[in-house]
Amino acid sequence: MTLLALDWILMLEKLILIAIIVFASLGIALYTTFSERKVAAVLQDRPGPNRAGPMGLLQPLADGLKLIMKEEIIPNSASKGLFILGPAMAMTAALMTCAVIPWSSSVELFGRKIDLQIADINIGILYVFGVVSMGVYGIMIGGWASNNKFSLMAALRGASQAISYELAMGLALIAVLMISGSLSLKTIVDQQMAPGAWWNIVYQPLGFILFFVCAMAECNRTPFDLPEAENELNMGYHQEYSSMKLGFYLFAEYVNMIMSSAVMASLYFGGYDVPFLDESTLAPNIAAIIGVLSLLTKIVIFLFLFMWIRWTIPRFRYDQLMNLGWKSLIPLALVNMLATGAVILWQQG
Amino acid sequence: MDTIQILFFSLSALAIFSAIMVLVSKNPVHSVLWLIAVFFAISGHYILLNAQFLAIVNLIVYAGAIMVLFLFVIMLMNLNSEGEPRKNWWMKLAGVVSGGCFLVVLVSLVKQATELSGKAALMKTGDIGLIKNLGKALFSDFVVPFEISSVLFLSAMVGAVVIGKKD
Repeated sequence: MTLLALDWILMLEKLILIAIIVFASLGIALYTTFSERKVAAVLQDRPGPNRAGPMGLLQPLADGLKLIMKEEIIPNSASKGLFILGPAMAMTAALMTCAVIPWSSSVELFGRKIDLQIADINIGILYVFGVVSMGVYGIMIGGWASNNKFSLMAALRGASQAISYELAMGLALIAVLMISGSLSLKTIVDQQMAPGAWWNIVYQPLGFILFFVCAMAECNRTPFDLPEAENELNMGYHQEYSSMKLGFYLFAEYVNMIMSSAVMASLYFGGYDVPFLDESTLAPNIAAIIGVLSLLTKIVIFLFLFMWIRWTIPRFRYDQLMNLGWKSLIPLALVNMLATGAVILWQQG
Repeated sequence: MDTIQILFFSLSALAIFSAIMVLVSKNPVHSVLWLIAVFFAISGHYILLNAQFLAIVNLIVYAGAIMVLFLFVIMLMNLNSEGEPRKNWWMKLAGVVSGGCFLVVLVSLVKQATELSGKAALMKTGDIGLIKNLGKALFSDFVVPFEISSVLFLSAMVGAVVIGKKD
């Protein structure tokens, strides 16, 4: 069935895959908000949400319902179109990353081999960076369109923080790319999966720590949540927002966390690889399912780490944040890059 | 019309429309946002030409970093449509005439260029835009200009720091 020189069954297959991945990430994000509150409760020695449903499991649904039912307020002096565009861009940019993440190897259904990755493009990881740099606009547009001093301040903070930490992130990433020699996330994962190969974390421990810190800053998580520092800026860039538009901003942060966890798992922890298991000996469908579960486990561990750090470490001051980014992380990333390059050259002889 | 042509024309329409909106918008922030839309459309064209690396770098560097700084400056300067200086009609006319002359010169240059005459754009083929080939070309044939341009960027940065220092 080809019309306009397109394979429509492939299109359908990809559309279904996109729908599954987007809804799955939204569902996981929904329950990440719940587990965030539970983890916070455990760390602060209190029970946490436990009223809605068994063990409070229906709490995220109640929260979502509350956000949707609330009154929608757009300030009179706000720039209306951009006010709506802000949260939409934040959410879109957060979800777009999922296109290049290899969620697992391929499954065989109805005689077709279906890759569990939306697009294996040869610039995969750069695409992630492009999307991340678009995410800044969600914060900036929303903060500016609110026509509120505090929101604008927060938007500027958010943007400068994101740009500063993107640099160190890119430099940390270059070291991984030197080892793998490819920008495609699928290839990077495959190299780590090959029998006898180690995960990249073994070669790049410093690079991973740098990447992790920068990812935390890109997601605006405490200790880097300067754009929403409520004791300095009232509430930050989403102060004027209410109802589901506010919900989109809060939700985008969780989707961002999931996506950056997935990227870190793919880059440094073998993606959907199960340690000490040769997947090629299994039936392809079973291997794919085990792969998805393995990647999800890694994502959950990363999410827990994010939450643990958030409820342990207090927020930085703004000058400390900038000093850390420019004077510690970037030089460290440069040293890491040079050392990796030197070792690779030395190995090649 | 095949898919590539449809994509090409819709991207071109988007690029031209956004470029016009950059000029027409009264609010400078809106202009910047339309300019970002132009960059997106141009990146789409790069992908059609099979230059994925250029496309994504265009997005990361121009749309993602430089435009953010533009937005920064404009938001802090607090320019509104009311504060925009009104220009005389003859200044506008002069602007239109000089802009038109520039356009004519550009078009005639493109039409005369021997490299371009009688050639069609390579759609979906050609692999110089892929990161491997581009990297090899930049670091072997063009390594000296490449390094010199990086020194140029460094000097610009140093200059900005020197000017920005108070004492």
